[in-house]
Amino acid sequence: MTVITAATPAPPRTRKVASRHQWIGLLYVAPAVALVVVFFLIPLGMTAWMSLHNWPLMGEHSFIGLGNYVAILRDTRFWNALRFTAYYTVIVTIAIFVVAFPLALFVERPRPLTNLYRTMFFMPAVVGFASASLLWSWLLNVDSGLFSPAAYDLGLIDRKFNLLATFQPAFWSIIAMVVWKVAGFTMIILMAGLQSIPQDLQEAAVIDGAGPFARFRAITLPLMRRTLALALILSVAGSILAFDQFYIILRGGPRNQTLTAVYWIFNQSFVSFKLGYGAALSMVLLVILVALSLVQLWLLRKPEGLD
Amino acid sequence: MAQAASRNRRLLSRIGEHSTGIVASVLFAAPIVWAVLSAFKPAAEARLPPLPPWPTSGFSLENYATLNSFGDGLWVSAQNSIYVSVMTVVLSVAVSVLAGYGFSRFRFPFKDLFFILILSTIMIPFQSILTPIFLVLTKLGLHNTLTGLVGVYVTLQLPFSIFMMRNAFDAVPREIEEAARMDGAGNLTMLWKVMLPLVWPGVVTIALFAFLGAWNEFLAALVLMTDQSKFTLPVMMTALQSGRFGAIDWGAVQAGVTVMMVPCLILFLALQRFYIRGLMAGAVK
Repeated sequence: MTVITAATPAPPRTRKVASRHQWIGLLYVAPAVALVVVFFLIPLGMTAWMSLHNWPLMGEHSFIGLGNYVAILRDTRFWNALRFTAYYTVIVTIAIFVVAFPLALFVERPRPLTNLYRTMFFMPAVVGFASASLLWSWLLNVDSGLFSPAAYDLGLIDRKFNLLATFQPAFWSIIAMVVWKVAGFTMIILMAGLQSIPQDLQEAAVIDGAGPFARFRAITLPLMRRTLALALILSVAGSILAFDQFYIILRGGPRNQTLTAVYWIFNQSFVSFKLGYGAALSMVLLVILVALSLVQLWLLRKPEGLD
Repeated sequence: MAQAASRNRRLLSRIGEHSTGIVASVLFAAPIVWAVLSAFKPAAEARLPPLPPWPTSGFSLENYATLNSFGDGLWVSAQNSIYVSVMTVVLSVAVSVLAGYGFSRFRFPFKDLFFILILSTIMIPFQSILTPIFLVLTKLGLHNTLTGLVGVYVTLQLPFSIFMMRNAFDAVPREIEEAARMDGAGNLTMLWKVMLPLVWPGVVTIALFAFLGAWNEFLAALVLMTDQSKFTLPVMMTALQSGRFGAIDWGAVQAGVTVMMVPCLILFLALQRFYIRGLMAGAVK
């Protein structure tokens, strides 16, 4: 006993008070942690658990092991939805960049009215996807909308054309709507990247006789790697989870050709009420997205040296 | 001669730049302006293609009145949306300010684990865990309640807003706190009286993102709110647009879309600086 007391002299009083102070930090973060546990961690665990069950909305659920996952392998409609989601993601991301990059170059340098232009380009980004979809579902309507009647009135088409009736025009209408809504957002991110490039690098290149295209390739693009990666990731992650626009404007049509992955999970879980199967589908989607997040961390790694 | 030519060239390029800027601005603003103007047409005119977009047969609020007559009405959904958004703002600010302060100023067990746990929720989309959230809410007796929806929305905001607030508190020099502590301020007094006035720009930013997030969210509201009297604006408007209340009244859709967009646009225009700040903070991470 005496040895122990001798080995651990009472810490000075102030230290003890300070460490009790430190513990109070737990109280400060407790509400946040509680919310994350209740609305994130528990549901996440339940998703994994439910995916191993036959789980109807009403009545008993039963354990079926990997049954749901085996069913997924044969669920051609899910794979079609996944394939469509991938196709949409690639096309919409390219379209967003094709519009947003020139806009970013345009608003990057300060000159009169630049702020106004930035604001105008960005406005659709603060409107929700649901509002934007409702708005465009009206503009795209064949009788009461804008595009088809306007084209008819201008004599561009000889009878009104329903943009939403067949796959190609419907798909490209959605792409146009999403580009309209998202391009300003991507523009701001790209603009931040452009502005972080030191001006003297560009000037030195001009002195060395580099043309605008060579400068863009040798300076702008490499120095913007992390920004480009970030904009790319935000666009890809957002597109993979697309739901609102396809549900509101197209209801997954025409002929179920525009069902996205999230839409299919929504249908299985909340229309057919196959909760266990929906959970298994969610697990597949989740694995895909976590894999993407890991790619993202790799892409966003801090550059070594000037790389 | 040469000087005049170069001045001319500069003038031409400036005209070119501004016409590009103006045309692009018009393209981005047009759909919004079109909807806002068309919503003021009388019902009979609103059914026709919106050419021109402004009302030609007199200014009218008929569409808003019609909208209010569908289902439980515009006003009920608007109230639901306002309640959900305001509660989300209040709670997410309260929770994130406390947590941001805790993570910035204290050392306690599992601190890093908790921080990483909260930030990592951003990797996993809530769309993939909606079914169990539905069941958890049922267990908590919060099924089909706006409060339950608020809980979900607040949790969605946490990774961004706690990250923002921790950084904001980190940026406050410790000397300020030490001086206040000398004067005998306790932890909460310190947070309220000393720290909050220094981190308020961060608070405005997270409040703005919380509002826009809650106001615009669609899928969770669609899944979790099954009773018409609990519909938020996006859910109610989608029900209307899908023809659930009979033939689609496009005038009412324009009015509803206007009601949904205008608060976002006003808040953005008024608080643009804070919005861009938040975007940059998220981007630099």
